[in-house]
Amino acid sequence: MWKALVDSFTIDLLGLSGRVNSTVNFFIYDTVKILFLLIVIIFVVSYLRTHFNTEYVRAYLQGKSRIYGHILASLFGIITPFCSCSAIPLFLGFIQARIPLGVTFSFLISSPMNNEIAIALLFSLFGWKITAIYIGFGLFLAMAGGYAIGMLNFEKYILLDVKPMEGELEEIKIKLNFKQRAKESWDYTYDLVKKIWIYVLIGVGIGAFIHGYVPADFITKYAGGDSWYSVPLAVILGVPMYSNAAGVMPLVEVLTQKGMLLGTALSFMMAITALSLPEAMILKRILHVRLIGVFFGIVAFGIVCVGYLFNFILQ
Amino acid sequence: MKIEILGTGCAKCKALEEIVKQAVMKIGGFHQIEKVEDIMKIMEYNVISTPGLVVNGVVKSTGKVLNIDEVIALLKEETK
Repeated sequence: MWKALVDSFTIDLLGLSGRVNSTVNFFIYDTVKILFLLIVIIFVVSYLRTHFNTEYVRAYLQGKSRIYGHILASLFGIITPFCSCSAIPLFLGFIQARIPLGVTFSFLISSPMNNEIAIALLFSLFGWKITAIYIGFGLFLAMAGGYAIGMLNFEKYILLDVKPMEGELEEIKIKLNFKQRAKESWDYTYDLVKKIWIYVLIGVGIGAFIHGYVPADFITKYAGGDSWYSVPLAVILGVPMYSNAAGVMPLVEVLTQKGMLLGTALSFMMAITALSLPEAMILKRILHVRLIGVFFGIVAFGIVCVGYLFNFILQ
Repeated sequence: MKIEILGTGCAKCKALEEIVKQAVMKIGGFHQIEKVEDIMKIMEYNVISTPGLVVNGVVKSTGKVLNIDEVIALLKEETK
Protein backbone atom coordinates (compact mmCIF):
# COMPACT_ATOMS: atom_id res chain seq x y z
CA MET A 1 0.00 0.00 0.00
CA TRP A 2 2.81 2.35 0.95
CA LYS A 3 4.59 1.39 -2.27
CA ALA A 4 1.56 2.41 -4.34
CA LEU A 5 1.30 5.71 -2.51
CA VAL A 6 4.94 6.59 -3.17
CA ASP A 7 4.55 5.46 -6.79
CA SER A 8 1.63 7.76 -7.36
CA PHE A 9 3.50 10.60 -5.68
CA THR A 10 6.70 10.35 -7.75
CA ILE A 11 5.18 9.25 -11.06
CA ASP A 12 1.86 11.11 -11.21
CA LEU A 13 2.49 14.13 -9.07
CA LEU A 14 6.15 14.84 -9.80
CA GLY A 15 6.01 13.33 -13.27
CA LEU A 16 9.28 11.42 -12.87
CA SER A 17 10.22 8.39 -14.91
CA GLY A 18 13.10 6.03 -15.62
CA ARG A 19 16.24 6.19 -13.49
CA VAL A 20 15.40 9.43 -11.75
CA ASN A 21 12.06 8.02 -10.71
CA SER A 22 13.52 4.78 -9.50
CA THR A 23 16.11 6.65 -7.41
CA VAL A 24 13.75 9.19 -5.88
CA ASN A 25 11.02 6.64 -5.39
CA PHE A 26 13.42 4.27 -3.64
CA PHE A 27 14.73 7.06 -1.41
CA ILE A 28 11.30 8.20 -0.23
CA TYR A 29 9.96 4.69 0.13
CA ASP A 30 12.93 3.44 2.14
CA THR A 31 13.51 6.45 4.40
CA VAL A 32 9.92 6.73 5.55
CA LYS A 33 9.58 2.98 6.03
CA ILE A 34 12.85 2.69 7.95
CA LEU A 35 12.24 5.70 10.18
CA PHE A 36 8.70 4.57 10.94
CA LEU A 37 9.78 1.05 11.86
CA LEU A 38 12.78 2.34 13.80
CA ILE A 39 10.50 4.43 15.98
CA VAL A 40 8.00 1.62 16.54
CA ILE A 41 10.55 -1.10 17.24
CA ILE A 42 12.83 0.99 19.45
CA PHE A 43 9.79 2.09 21.43
CA VAL A 44 8.61 -1.49 21.95
CA VAL A 45 12.08 -2.74 22.93
CA SER A 46 12.72 0.13 25.31
CA TYR A 47 9.30 -0.38 26.87
CA LEU A 48 10.14 -4.03 27.56
CA ARG A 49 13.44 -2.83 28.94
CA THR A 50 11.80 -0.78 31.67
CA HIS A 51 10.91 -4.17 33.16
CA PHE A 52 14.36 -5.75 32.78
CA ASN A 53 17.25 -3.41 33.41
CA THR A 54 20.81 -4.67 33.55
CA GLU A 55 20.81 -4.87 37.34
CA TYR A 56 17.75 -7.11 37.19
CA VAL A 57 19.45 -9.35 34.64
CA ARG A 58 22.47 -9.70 36.87
CA ALA A 59 20.40 -10.61 39.92
CA TYR A 60 18.48 -13.12 37.83
CA LEU A 61 21.56 -14.78 36.33
CA GLN A 62 23.25 -15.18 39.68
CA GLY A 63 23.53 -18.76 40.80
CA LYS A 64 21.99 -20.26 37.65
CA SER A 65 23.58 -23.40 36.20
CA ARG A 66 26.11 -22.90 33.45
CA ILE A 67 24.11 -24.07 30.42
CA TYR A 68 20.96 -22.32 31.58
CA GLY A 69 23.09 -19.25 32.25
CA HIS A 70 24.42 -19.15 28.68
CA ILE A 71 20.92 -19.42 27.24
CA LEU A 72 19.45 -16.77 29.54
CA ALA A 73 22.38 -14.37 29.15
CA SER A 74 22.07 -14.52 25.36
CA LEU A 75 18.30 -13.96 25.47
CA PHE A 76 18.59 -11.06 27.90
CA GLY A 77 21.10 -9.56 25.47
CA ILE A 78 18.24 -8.81 23.08
CA ILE A 79 16.34 -6.43 25.32
CA THR A 80 19.03 -4.87 27.45
CA PRO A 81 20.80 -1.84 26.09
CA PHE A 82 24.44 -1.86 25.34
CA CYS A 83 26.68 1.11 25.23
CA SER A 84 30.37 0.45 25.04
CA CYS A 85 30.92 3.06 27.77
CA SER A 86 29.18 0.83 30.33
CA ALA A 87 31.01 -2.32 29.25
CA ILE A 88 33.40 -2.16 32.22
CA PRO A 89 30.92 -1.81 35.10
CA LEU A 90 28.80 -4.44 33.43
CA PHE A 91 31.64 -6.89 33.02
CA LEU A 92 33.03 -6.45 36.52
CA GLY A 93 29.56 -6.44 38.03
CA PHE A 94 28.80 -9.81 36.49
CA ILE A 95 32.07 -11.31 37.72
CA GLN A 96 31.44 -9.82 41.16
CA ALA A 97 28.07 -11.60 41.28
CA ARG A 98 29.93 -14.89 40.65
CA ILE A 99 28.44 -15.21 37.19
CA PRO A 100 30.93 -17.37 35.24
CA LEU A 101 33.23 -15.63 32.74
CA GLY A 102 31.76 -17.59 29.83
CA VAL A 103 28.19 -16.60 30.70
CA THR A 104 29.31 -12.98 31.00
CA PHE A 105 30.76 -13.19 27.50
CA SER A 106 27.54 -14.73 26.18
CA PHE A 107 25.83 -11.56 27.33
CA LEU A 108 28.61 -9.34 26.02
CA ILE A 109 28.36 -10.91 22.55
CA SER A 110 24.58 -10.97 22.37
CA SER A 111 23.86 -7.51 23.74
CA PRO A 112 25.44 -5.32 21.03
CA MET A 113 24.65 -7.76 18.24
CA ASN A 114 20.94 -8.04 18.98
CA ASN A 115 20.44 -4.35 19.64
CA GLU A 116 17.18 -2.62 18.80
CA ILE A 117 18.61 -0.51 15.99
CA ALA A 118 19.99 -3.52 14.16
CA ILE A 119 16.76 -5.43 14.61
CA ALA A 120 14.61 -2.52 13.43
CA LEU A 121 16.78 -1.93 10.38
CA LEU A 122 16.94 -5.58 9.42
CA PHE A 123 13.21 -5.91 9.79
CA SER A 124 12.42 -2.89 7.66
CA LEU A 125 15.02 -3.68 5.00
CA PHE A 126 14.98 -7.46 4.73
CA GLY A 127 11.71 -8.61 6.30
CA TRP A 128 11.01 -10.83 9.26
CA LYS A 129 12.58 -14.00 7.89
CA ILE A 130 16.09 -12.60 7.60
CA THR A 131 15.64 -10.81 10.92
CA ALA A 132 14.67 -14.07 12.61
CA ILE A 133 17.64 -15.84 11.04
CA TYR A 134 19.96 -13.05 12.14
CA ILE A 135 18.66 -13.13 15.72
CA GLY A 136 18.69 -16.94 15.76
CA PHE A 137 22.28 -17.18 14.62
CA GLY A 138 23.21 -14.25 16.85
CA LEU A 139 21.84 -16.07 19.90
CA PHE A 140 23.56 -19.28 18.87
CA LEU A 141 26.84 -17.48 18.39
CA ALA A 142 26.54 -15.80 21.79
CA MET A 143 25.83 -19.10 23.53
CA ALA A 144 28.52 -21.07 21.70
CA GLY A 145 31.11 -18.28 21.86
CA GLY A 146 30.51 -17.70 25.55
CA TYR A 147 30.66 -21.42 26.20
CA ALA A 148 33.96 -21.73 24.32
CA ILE A 149 35.49 -18.82 26.26
CA GLY A 150 34.24 -20.36 29.50
CA MET A 151 36.03 -23.63 28.69
CA LEU A 152 39.40 -21.90 28.41
CA ASN A 153 39.65 -20.90 32.09
CA PHE A 154 40.76 -17.39 31.29
CA GLU A 155 39.74 -15.90 34.63
CA LYS A 156 43.40 -15.07 35.26
CA TYR A 157 43.29 -12.54 32.42
CA ILE A 158 40.97 -10.20 34.27
CA LEU A 159 43.37 -7.46 35.30
CA LEU A 160 41.45 -6.02 38.23
CA ASP A 161 41.02 -7.98 41.38
CA VAL A 162 37.28 -8.35 41.77
CA LYS A 163 36.13 -9.72 45.09
CA PRO A 164 33.20 -12.04 44.62
CA MET A 165 30.32 -10.85 46.74
CA GLU A 166 28.89 -12.88 49.55
CA GLY A 167 25.31 -14.07 49.44
CA GLU A 168 22.60 -13.19 47.00
CA LEU A 169 21.99 -9.91 45.22
CA GLU A 170 18.98 -7.94 46.08
CA GLU A 171 17.26 -6.35 43.17
CA ILE A 172 17.31 -2.60 43.09
CA LYS A 173 13.62 -1.84 42.98
CA ILE A 174 12.57 1.21 41.07
CA LYS A 175 8.79 1.25 40.82
CA LEU A 176 7.18 2.77 37.76
CA ASN A 177 3.62 2.92 36.49
CA PHE A 178 2.51 2.46 32.89
CA LYS A 179 2.60 6.14 32.10
CA GLN A 180 6.10 6.61 33.43
CA ARG A 181 7.32 3.57 31.52
CA ALA A 182 5.75 4.81 28.30
CA LYS A 183 7.24 8.25 28.79
CA GLU A 184 10.66 6.87 29.53
CA SER A 185 10.53 4.62 26.46
CA TRP A 186 9.40 7.51 24.30
CA ASP A 187 12.22 9.76 25.57
CA TYR A 188 14.71 7.03 24.84
CA THR A 189 13.29 6.41 21.37
CA TYR A 190 13.30 10.11 20.58
CA ASP A 191 16.93 10.54 21.68
CA LEU A 192 18.11 7.53 19.72
CA VAL A 193 16.26 8.35 16.51
CA LYS A 194 17.46 11.94 16.76
CA LYS A 195 21.00 10.61 16.90
CA ILE A 196 20.79 8.21 13.95
CA TRP A 197 18.29 9.60 11.46
CA ILE A 198 20.93 11.47 9.54
CA TYR A 199 22.95 8.27 9.03
CA VAL A 200 19.83 6.54 7.79
CA LEU A 201 19.24 9.35 5.29
CA ILE A 202 22.82 9.28 4.04
CA GLY A 203 22.83 5.49 3.82
CA VAL A 204 19.55 5.35 1.96
CA GLY A 205 20.65 8.26 -0.23
CA ILE A 206 23.76 6.45 -1.42
CA GLY A 207 21.71 3.26 -1.66
CA ALA A 208 19.11 5.00 -3.81
CA PHE A 209 21.82 6.24 -6.13
CA ILE A 210 23.28 2.76 -6.52
CA HIS A 211 19.77 1.40 -6.96
CA GLY A 212 19.08 3.76 -9.85
CA TYR A 213 22.44 4.25 -11.50
CA VAL A 214 24.98 1.53 -10.78
CA PRO A 215 24.51 -1.55 -12.95
CA ALA A 216 24.17 -4.92 -11.21
CA ASP A 217 27.13 -6.37 -13.12
CA PHE A 218 29.41 -3.87 -11.44
CA ILE A 219 28.30 -4.91 -7.96
CA THR A 220 28.42 -8.61 -8.72
CA LYS A 221 31.90 -8.20 -10.07
CA TYR A 222 33.33 -6.34 -7.08
CA ALA A 223 31.12 -7.24 -4.13
CA GLY A 224 29.38 -10.30 -5.52
CA GLY A 225 30.63 -12.51 -2.78
CA ASP A 226 31.04 -15.79 -4.57
CA SER A 227 34.80 -15.84 -4.23
CA TRP A 228 36.14 -17.65 -1.18
CA TYR A 229 37.58 -14.59 0.52
CA SER A 230 34.51 -12.35 0.34
CA VAL A 231 33.04 -13.49 3.68
CA PRO A 232 36.19 -12.91 5.78
CA LEU A 233 36.74 -9.65 3.92
CA ALA A 234 33.21 -8.54 4.80
CA VAL A 235 33.89 -9.32 8.48
CA ILE A 236 37.15 -7.34 8.51
CA LEU A 237 35.44 -4.38 6.82
CA GLY A 238 32.59 -4.55 9.32
CA VAL A 239 34.70 -4.12 12.47
CA PRO A 240 35.42 -0.37 12.25
CA MET A 241 31.84 0.51 11.26
CA TYR A 242 30.02 0.02 14.53
CA SER A 243 28.80 3.56 15.04
CA ASN A 244 27.51 3.80 11.51
CA ALA A 245 25.38 0.66 11.49
CA ALA A 246 22.31 2.78 10.79
CA GLY A 247 23.85 4.15 7.63
CA VAL A 248 25.56 1.00 6.43
CA MET A 249 22.62 -1.36 6.58
CA PRO A 250 20.50 0.42 3.95
CA LEU A 251 23.53 0.15 1.67
CA VAL A 252 23.79 -3.56 2.27
CA GLU A 253 20.17 -3.96 1.24
CA VAL A 254 20.89 -2.41 -2.14
CA LEU A 255 24.04 -4.47 -2.57
CA THR A 256 22.09 -7.69 -2.01
CA GLN A 257 19.42 -6.61 -4.47
CA LYS A 258 22.19 -6.10 -6.98
CA GLY A 259 23.69 -9.52 -6.50
CA MET A 260 25.74 -9.59 -3.29
CA LEU A 261 25.21 -12.97 -1.64
CA LEU A 262 23.01 -12.89 1.43
CA GLY A 263 25.43 -14.86 3.62
CA THR A 264 28.17 -12.35 2.90
CA ALA A 265 25.77 -9.50 3.71
CA LEU A 266 24.70 -11.20 6.93
CA SER A 267 28.32 -11.68 8.04
CA PHE A 268 29.03 -8.08 7.25
CA MET A 269 26.14 -6.85 9.39
CA MET A 270 26.98 -9.18 12.26
CA ALA A 271 30.58 -8.00 12.22
CA ILE A 272 29.43 -4.38 12.31
CA THR A 273 27.34 -4.88 15.43
CA ALA A 274 29.17 -7.61 17.35
CA LEU A 275 32.76 -6.53 16.94
CA SER A 276 33.53 -2.95 17.71
CA LEU A 277 36.94 -1.38 18.14
CA PRO A 278 35.86 1.18 20.78
CA GLU A 279 34.52 -1.64 22.91
CA ALA A 280 37.82 -3.52 22.60
CA MET A 281 39.77 -0.41 23.59
CA ILE A 282 37.60 0.09 26.66
CA LEU A 283 37.79 -3.56 27.70
CA LYS A 284 41.57 -3.38 27.42
CA ARG A 285 41.59 -1.42 30.66
CA ILE A 286 40.34 -4.44 32.60
CA LEU A 287 41.14 -7.46 30.44
CA HIS A 288 44.39 -8.86 29.15
CA VAL A 289 44.89 -8.37 25.41
CA ARG A 290 45.01 -12.13 24.99
CA LEU A 291 41.49 -12.56 26.34
CA ILE A 292 40.15 -9.78 24.12
CA GLY A 293 41.96 -11.36 21.18
CA VAL A 294 40.37 -14.72 21.87
CA PHE A 295 36.97 -13.07 22.29
CA PHE A 296 37.26 -11.29 18.94
CA GLY A 297 38.74 -14.38 17.29
CA ILE A 298 35.94 -16.68 18.38
CA VAL A 299 33.19 -14.25 17.43
CA ALA A 300 34.80 -13.46 14.06
CA PHE A 301 35.21 -17.17 13.35
CA GLY A 302 31.55 -17.79 14.19
CA ILE A 303 30.40 -14.96 11.95
CA VAL A 304 32.49 -16.22 9.05
CA CYS A 305 30.97 -19.70 9.51
CA VAL A 306 27.46 -18.21 9.44
CA GLY A 307 28.30 -16.41 6.20
CA TYR A 308 29.67 -19.48 4.44
CA LEU A 309 26.81 -21.62 5.67
CA PHE A 310 24.29 -19.17 4.29
CA ASN A 311 25.94 -18.69 0.94
CA PHE A 312 26.12 -22.47 0.67
CA ILE A 313 22.46 -23.08 1.59
CA LEU A 314 21.09 -20.39 -0.69
CA GLN A 315 23.12 -21.32 -3.72
CA MET B 1 21.58 15.75 51.40
CA LYS B 2 24.35 13.88 49.68
CA ILE B 3 23.98 13.31 45.97
CA GLU B 4 26.32 11.00 44.13
CA ILE B 5 26.59 10.51 40.40
CA LEU B 6 28.09 7.18 39.46
CA GLY B 7 29.92 7.01 36.17
CA THR B 8 33.27 6.12 34.70
CA GLY B 9 33.48 9.28 32.65
CA CYS B 10 31.29 8.63 29.63
CA ALA B 11 29.32 11.37 27.91
CA LYS B 12 26.02 10.33 29.48
CA CYS B 13 27.50 10.50 32.97
CA LYS B 14 28.70 14.05 32.41
CA ALA B 15 25.29 14.99 31.08
CA LEU B 16 23.62 13.67 34.22
CA GLU B 17 26.09 15.49 36.46
CA GLU B 18 25.30 18.75 34.71
CA ILE B 19 21.55 18.19 35.07
CA VAL B 20 21.86 17.36 38.76
CA LYS B 21 23.82 20.57 39.34
CA GLN B 22 21.10 22.59 37.65
CA ALA B 23 18.40 20.79 39.63
CA VAL B 24 20.19 21.56 42.90
CA MET B 25 20.46 25.21 41.96
CA LYS B 26 16.74 25.29 41.34
CA ILE B 27 15.67 23.71 44.61
CA GLY B 28 18.24 25.70 46.58
CA GLY B 29 19.86 24.85 49.90
CA PHE B 30 23.16 23.19 50.68
CA HIS B 31 23.74 19.81 49.14
CA GLN B 32 26.84 17.84 48.53
CA ILE B 33 27.31 16.65 44.97
CA GLU B 34 29.95 14.07 44.30
CA LYS B 35 30.99 12.43 41.05
CA VAL B 36 32.04 8.85 41.74
CA GLU B 37 34.40 7.61 39.05
CA ASP B 38 36.10 4.77 40.88
CA ILE B 39 34.71 1.58 39.41
CA MET B 40 35.15 -0.31 42.67
CA LYS B 41 33.05 2.22 44.54
CA ILE B 42 30.40 2.13 41.84
CA MET B 43 30.23 -1.62 42.22
CA GLU B 44 29.72 -1.30 45.95
CA TYR B 45 26.37 0.25 45.12
CA ASN B 46 25.58 -2.79 42.94
CA VAL B 47 25.15 -0.54 39.96
CA ILE B 48 26.36 -1.94 36.65
CA SER B 49 24.72 0.32 34.13
CA THR B 50 26.01 3.86 34.31
CA PRO B 51 25.19 6.65 34.89
CA GLY B 52 23.70 5.99 38.29
CA LEU B 53 22.16 8.47 40.69
CA VAL B 54 22.48 7.93 44.43
CA VAL B 55 20.81 10.14 47.03
CA ASN B 56 21.80 9.73 50.67
CA GLY B 57 23.25 6.32 49.95
CA VAL B 58 20.18 4.97 48.14
CA VAL B 59 20.28 4.14 44.41
CA LYS B 60 17.54 6.12 42.68
CA SER B 61 18.20 5.50 39.03
CA THR B 62 20.56 3.53 36.81
CA GLY B 63 21.51 3.44 33.15
CA LYS B 64 19.85 6.62 31.98
CA VAL B 65 20.15 10.37 31.88
CA LEU B 66 17.20 11.75 33.79
CA ASN B 67 15.81 15.09 32.77
CA ILE B 68 15.85 18.03 35.13
CA ASP B 69 12.23 17.69 36.26
CA GLU B 70 12.74 14.06 37.17
CA VAL B 71 15.82 14.91 39.22
CA ILE B 72 13.98 17.73 41.01
CA ALA B 73 11.08 15.40 41.79
CA LEU B 74 13.49 12.82 43.21
CA LEU B 75 15.30 15.38 45.35
CA LYS B 76 12.09 16.92 46.65
CA GLU B 77 10.80 13.52 47.62
CA GLU B 78 13.97 13.05 49.64
CA THR B 79 13.77 16.38 51.49
CA LYS B 80 10.21 15.79 52.69
